[in-house]
Amino acid sequence: MSKLTIPVRKFDAVIVGAGGSGLRAAIQLSEAGLKTAVLSKVFPTRSHTVAAQGGVSASLGNSEEDHWHWHMYDTVKGSDWLGDQDAIEYMCRMAPEVVVELEHFGMPFDRTDEGKIYQRPFGGHMSNFGEKPVRRACAAADRTGHAMLHALYQRNVRANTQFFVEWMALDLIRDESGQVLGVIALEMETGEVVAFHAKATVFATGGAGRIFYSSTNAFINTGDGLGMAARAGIALEDMEFWQFHPTGVAGAGVLITEGVRGEGGILRNSTNERFMERYAPNAKDLASRDVVSRAMVTEINEGRGCGPNKDFVLLDITHLDPAMIMKRLPGIREISIQFAGIDPIKAPIPVVPTCHYQMGGVPTNYKGQVVANDGTPVKGFYAAGEVACASVHGANRLGTNSLLDLLVFGKSSGDSVIDDLKSGAIGLKALPENFADRTMARLDRLNTQTGGADVNATRLELQRTMQKHCGVFRFKEMLVEGVEKILEIEKAVARTEIKDKSQVWNTARVEALELDNLIEVAKSTMISAEARKESRGAHVRDDAPDTEANPNGRDDLEWHKHTLWHRDGNRLDYKPVIMKPLSVESIALKTRSY
Amino acid sequence: MTTSTMHFKIYRYDPDKDAAPYMQDISVEVDFAIDRKLLDILTRLKAKDDTLSYRRSCREGICGSDAMNINGKNGLACLTEIKDLKQPVVLRPLPGLPVIRDLIVDMTQFFKQYHSIKPYLINEGPRPERERLQSPEEREELNGLYECILCACCSTSCPSFWWNPDKFVGPAGLLNAYRFIADTRDQATNERLDDLEDPYRLFRCHSIMNCVDVCPKGLNPTRAIGKIKEMMVRRAI
Repeated sequence: MSKLTIPVRKFDAVIVGAGGSGLRAAIQLSEAGLKTAVLSKVFPTRSHTVAAQGGVSASLGNSEEDHWHWHMYDTVKGSDWLGDQDAIEYMCRMAPEVVVELEHFGMPFDRTDEGKIYQRPFGGHMSNFGEKPVRRACAAADRTGHAMLHALYQRNVRANTQFFVEWMALDLIRDESGQVLGVIALEMETGEVVAFHAKATVFATGGAGRIFYSSTNAFINTGDGLGMAARAGIALEDMEFWQFHPTGVAGAGVLITEGVRGEGGILRNSTNERFMERYAPNAKDLASRDVVSRAMVTEINEGRGCGPNKDFVLLDITHLDPAMIMKRLPGIREISIQFAGIDPIKAPIPVVPTCHYQMGGVPTNYKGQVVANDGTPVKGFYAAGEVACASVHGANRLGTNSLLDLLVFGKSSGDSVIDDLKSGAIGLKALPENFADRTMARLDRLNTQTGGADVNATRLELQRTMQKHCGVFRFKEMLVEGVEKILEIEKAVARTEIKDKSQVWNTARVEALELDNLIEVAKSTMISAEARKESRGAHVRDDAPDTEANPNGRDDLEWHKHTLWHRDGNRLDYKPVIMKPLSVESIALKTRSY
Repeated sequence: MTTSTMHFKIYRYDPDKDAAPYMQDISVEVDFAIDRKLLDILTRLKAKDDTLSYRRSCREGICGSDAMNINGKNGLACLTEIKDLKQPVVLRPLPGLPVIRDLIVDMTQFFKQYHSIKPYLINEGPRPERERLQSPEEREELNGLYECILCACCSTSCPSFWWNPDKFVGPAGLLNAYRFIADTRDQATNERLDDLEDPYRLFRCHSIMNCVDVCPKGLNPTRAIGKIKEMMVRRAI
């Protein structure tokens, strides 16, 4: 490609993504009077935050005694000690403040009799350092994500935030020093490609659950931020850790919130047994998600699954008060009727573990600044939410900590941008020559490719490979084979062909460009998973079983460290877990049981 | 037999190559064991012809992307059961808004009306340290309002909105207006009512109730509009 000029627009800050974290960051920046552009593939309220159901965690103590320190302990334990304790302390301490702030923005939380924010129990939420379940999940019925995303969008309308709706960011712009100078993006309606030249770039692009065949995630969750970061030479952290949510509707994949179990729902196998009592005698159905998902798959593998193919288990709420179900879980009832064809008031819901959340991502500190391996910030680059790895979720995320993550780190990344602009740490630097060449070459290749690979078929193969080789339980040989297969699929991705050449709303082009991002996520996941020779949190391998020396198969001596995958040569390196919190004592390594 | 052939008539228009819109006849093999919703079929069709264009995201009826006109009635493709559909299934873009391409419409006017009602909580009082209190009964008033997903099924099925999309707020906007009027935490009730007391903004609603009929979330904009009118009458006395 020869030098091609594209239009350039200048901003103080560009935020990529308008889900919970992008909108929360945008509020900080718009209200501070910065010239901010928010780019989104979809109208903001269509972002996937909208599908979150159960709640957002904060130790408000509205129904019983709670403390941020207990929340912190639960999060560290939930992460199987892979989470960074400075970031976890920061998040849990900030939780009451950001949730109350959200209420002030207009969030329609359910209420207690005293008029306070309603809180329900959730998996892994315990009082007094793991003693007994506590009501910490702040909820708006079972539509918490929807209510939150709309409230955040509404606050942005008030703040006059400038949105670029239905724009897809394609690549990050970096100069020779590594400083990030904005993004190149495609307007879907016109096909126009524009550079957003900014002093600060905030990634809030969400997750990439669509690398798996069976996923609770929306079509748009294709890891665009991860793809862009990887192509720009940023390492991706802990990508082997993916959460399989215990309760996706069998066959459809649609999410059924853990709040159902929080409100008293019980998982049953084909013998009608409440099997979680065997796996987690204390927390039972409210154990951490990785623990429950593995128990379910074990039940199914051992022949105690339900249905004609014995391939799901049942989530039973038929014993609960129908009035309570209508009040607290109306959305779940709707989803069950729509996607499972049953009314959960009368019959149990068929469920299977379904890919739900990516714990890893672009490495950041707790201020939302993207960091290099040595912990120093990458100038001009920030990230928050599912795309980022702070790391608060470590090897397994606690339910409701994702919405909290969006609020806390959306806000902190916005504040960091403001601070860095004030201190002069970042400013508008000139765009490098030929900054758009790589992107334009990619678009040009796609426009002119003939005899290439079909986008839909290639994506399906990628998804099936991830599902088969990198699922709830992982096997040494399957992982080795999985790496080979994904690298083979990468070759097909490099020569995808689209028939649609229109400049107007070309969804075929968008899907091909999304596949460029999915493949980066798939590679980083499979390669990082193959290399980690232990079991921890959501990553469990057959060759790292539960032994006396390594309970649960966790090998702290060798593997208590973060993975960093570099796209260049698929190189891996590692960095230590931050065990030192900001103000309290370190929570020491311990065997995890519920 | 779980498989069968289904027949579709789909509105097609690509301004880059088509002089005018046309209806395309397409048949597709459907496996009722896997395919339940209209969006599943659209996904199948798109796999065969990648030029077919429509919006979609969550595929579970919460994001509001895939609203379209299905056999003459607005609805979400992801919530529409295919077994119930009369064939050929006629798919058109939402009526009354400019078509960009195929089933994708320009929603600018729709969002402009939504933004016009100041869709955010207005409370200029000092911010308390903790949450503002609201009783469960007061909170209950927001049910049936806050669940709106802005899919535009209602407004684009409303004749009054078709005639005056620039002046009439439309059912979605008015439902959301009442969501804030009904919120005990909001202090701008009078200003909100003033803003709507207008021959067009509110009073173009003639209770045709298409909006109620099509809302995929089972909401009732007509009732919300009625409550706004009621409040106007009450404060006039």
